[in-house]
Amino acid sequence: MSVGLISLIILIIAVLGYVAGRARAVQSAGGDIRRLHSLPGYYGQTVMLASAVPAFLVMILWLLVQPLYIESRVTSLIAPADIADGSSRALVMADVRRISDGLDVAVGQGAMTEVDLDRMRADISDVRGRLALVGVAIGSDVEQSVFVAAKEYRQLSGTLRWILAAVVIGLALAGAAYAWTRINKEFRARNVSERAVKALLILCSVTAILTTVGIVASLVFETLHFFRLYPARDFFFSSTWNPQFRGGSDLGIIPLLWGTLYVSFVALVVAVPVGLMAAIYMAEYASRRVRSVVKPAIEVLAGIPTIVYGLFALITVGPLLRDYFAQPLGLGTSSSSVMTAGLVMGIMLIPFVSSLSDDVINAVPQAMRDGSFGLGATQSETVRQVILPAALPGIVGAILLAASRAIGETMIVVLGAGAAAKLSLNPFEAMTTITVKIVSQLTGDTEFASPETLVAFALGLSLFVVTLGLNIIALYVVRKYREQYE
Amino acid sequence: MTDISTTGPQRIPSSLFAADARTKRRNAAEWRFRLYGMIAVGIGLLALVGLLSTVLYNGSSAFFQTFIKLDIYLDPEELDPTGARNIEEISKVTTFGYKPLIEAAFATAFESPEFGIEGVSVKDAADLISSEGAAQLRRYVLANPEAIGQTVGFDFLADGRIDGYYKGRVTMASAELDSNVSPQQLQLADQLKGAGLLSTHWNWGFLTMADASENRPEAAGLGVAIIGSLYMMVVVLVLALPIGVAASIYLEEFAPKNWFTDIIEVNISNLAAVPSIVFGILGLALFINTLGLPKSAPIVGGLVLTLMTLPTIIIATRASLKSVPPSIRDAALGVGASKMQAVFHHVLPLAMPGILTGTIIGLAQALGETAPLLLIGMVAFVRDFPAASPEGFFDPAAALPVQVYNWTQRADPAFVERASGAIIVLLVFLFIMNAVAILLRRRFERRW
Repeated sequence: MSVGLISLIILIIAVLGYVAGRARAVQSAGGDIRRLHSLPGYYGQTVMLASAVPAFLVMILWLLVQPLYIESRVTSLIAPADIADGSSRALVMADVRRISDGLDVAVGQGAMTEVDLDRMRADISDVRGRLALVGVAIGSDVEQSVFVAAKEYRQLSGTLRWILAAVVIGLALAGAAYAWTRINKEFRARNVSERAVKALLILCSVTAILTTVGIVASLVFETLHFFRLYPARDFFFSSTWNPQFRGGSDLGIIPLLWGTLYVSFVALVVAVPVGLMAAIYMAEYASRRVRSVVKPAIEVLAGIPTIVYGLFALITVGPLLRDYFAQPLGLGTSSSSVMTAGLVMGIMLIPFVSSLSDDVINAVPQAMRDGSFGLGATQSETVRQVILPAALPGIVGAILLAASRAIGETMIVVLGAGAAAKLSLNPFEAMTTITVKIVSQLTGDTEFASPETLVAFALGLSLFVVTLGLNIIALYVVRKYREQYE
Repeated sequence: MTDISTTGPQRIPSSLFAADARTKRRNAAEWRFRLYGMIAVGIGLLALVGLLSTVLYNGSSAFFQTFIKLDIYLDPEELDPTGARNIEEISKVTTFGYKPLIEAAFATAFESPEFGIEGVSVKDAADLISSEGAAQLRRYVLANPEAIGQTVGFDFLADGRIDGYYKGRVTMASAELDSNVSPQQLQLADQLKGAGLLSTHWNWGFLTMADASENRPEAAGLGVAIIGSLYMMVVVLVLALPIGVAASIYLEEFAPKNWFTDIIEVNISNLAAVPSIVFGILGLALFINTLGLPKSAPIVGGLVLTLMTLPTIIIATRASLKSVPPSIRDAALGVGASKMQAVFHHVLPLAMPGILTGTIIGLAQALGETAPLLLIGMVAFVRDFPAASPEGFFDPAAALPVQVYNWTQRADPAFVERASGAIIVLLVFLFIMNAVAILLRRRFERRW
């Protein structure tokens, strides 16, 4: 019984419950709804909520826990001898899952029956070949213990699915019945259902906390796992990055951190002056007409996906810089470089810096400008000596936010900065960043037991901590500044 | 008595009609400052124009493709030796077995004096046609077995190199060095073009076909990617909109001011600034490794993007709830509505246009997001279209921005054109979404 079907049944029960609850309320008032405490719809609502909400919550929880439970039951069935060299229990478990799905498909298509399946043994019949016939490809030949595990897996998940259906539908019916029996004309249905709705609203707002907890938990958990396999000191202080998929890699964060900071620095050198001057021009000089055209046009830059900037770096800016700057100056022959990524990222950040600074500059009270003009200052003197100092904390906040964006940016550096981890000062050389390495260590077929893969989580945690720190400081600075003028 | 000294330090005579040196300097500084501002705005606009024009310049040709028209004799000897027209028998002939039919068509063409180049064999000539051509023939024959024995006209995709020749990517000189195409083949292509058999025209296949392998850029299309992105947007819409609106209603209308509310607020503003790739790591660790959801599936991509979009939607919704004046709530409460009724019956409908605008902008952001999708396996090469929903949400699929990334990683320069073309498609979708958002705002926004 699929999850979709179960959900549909619960929904039907809920709707029927609504109708029944409403009818019972009207009937208890003798057909005169003025005698009811609440509008009749609210009585229906209590029944509906009581049947659907607990049932769905239990189902979601169940589906979250079920895979963990099955895994722990099945994984002991696999003989250690059947885990090939260079493989791991987790990889074999993936095979188990695939075989089990394959058996489902085979039975579904009628290629084998349940009885066949019971008698089938991997060491006698060709499981891989028979599954290939129904379109399920298995990577290697199937060992007997793996096959037994797969059968157990299939059986357990089948049984559990039926139990789930029974429990959840039973819960929906029980909830509906309980709520229905409570209905009479004195019952405060509106208060009850509103309290339930409010609880749902709170539940939804808690997703934000859950997301953060999920991020932190997954990062910290896997990072600890990584540090058990690879010394933390080497990760933080080693200056070589040289992953080897046979083991014995050097996984030092320093070259990656250097590349990240170098690219971000170039980006900020581009974005801050341009963005700030553009904001000043638009806030202080531009006529209303110019402003109404230019401001949205620059904000379009902010809406363009970063992959577009990445492609721009790859096919336009990179070759341009190589042919007209790097090669004539003898600085390098690579089209992907710190300069390429930094320049393009700078362009991406222009609207970010300019719209934040624009807000800050506009928040400076007009009285300060008027005072400065009254003393005979020119407009530029007013901007430089009155407005900018007054707006400085806000602008610093904007720059910090831009820096955190630059550090966490991925696609531009993946396509523009290169993949070689290097500690070099030459901006026309290809270097790599933390985000690039997260992508390269985690894409493709990865095995989650090797330090080479797990290092991505440690890198992710470092990235998360750095950007979070920058954001918190920036928000604090900006908020402080706002209070000044309010 | 004031006593004005006339014998003090000599005053520089100044006039209001002629600027003195200091004023000139100050005016010049003013003028320079203004110029810097204009230059900065100019750089911003130039960057926008540069970005869009390179994409358009490189990508617009991806929508056009070179086709070769050929009449193919569907030889029963080759396709159905038994003559029984049994579909099982016919399907035993592999794609490879259809190649001789194309070669035979060229052999027939070479009998006329207007075709034929020294040194181009029939086999070389058949290589002008994409290797997709044979597959196209096979699909046609399997769909219309009764056509065996007849001569049918086909419009084949030309090979990527031939297509490149008419788009300026391949020249006679570069063909000399290329093992995949010879200058003679290009001359033959010119002859075919002269005879009207070869033409470059609009290619719907770019939008409808699936991705193709490394050596067949001409057959690569965005079909799977568009469907994958669509599925993900459905997931995001279905999850992020209700959860986001519910959370905003609670925080804006009901939440008491206490530490719990503060934690939620701080969390939301921080989540909005977490780098997108971190959400990818979350998706990989939570949805794929722990919950065992399938890799590359739109459901996982949609869930990750939902978590990313939630803060955007919550922030927009709260702003729009806040802009509904308190008098509306007071009036509702005054005629006896409960707080919940006031919010759901009066405030929420009035805030709806703002909420929808925010949601569409959040969706547009999610549509262009690439980095987290790379980590949850959307980079995989997917040839098959996902099934119809709901099962399709669990089938492997691609996504538009990831498809762009995939194509940039391939060696053949024809894929650069494809990647830019895909970006045009992506930008068109984004443009439509933003235009709808702006229209909604213009049409329904109320000023109180």
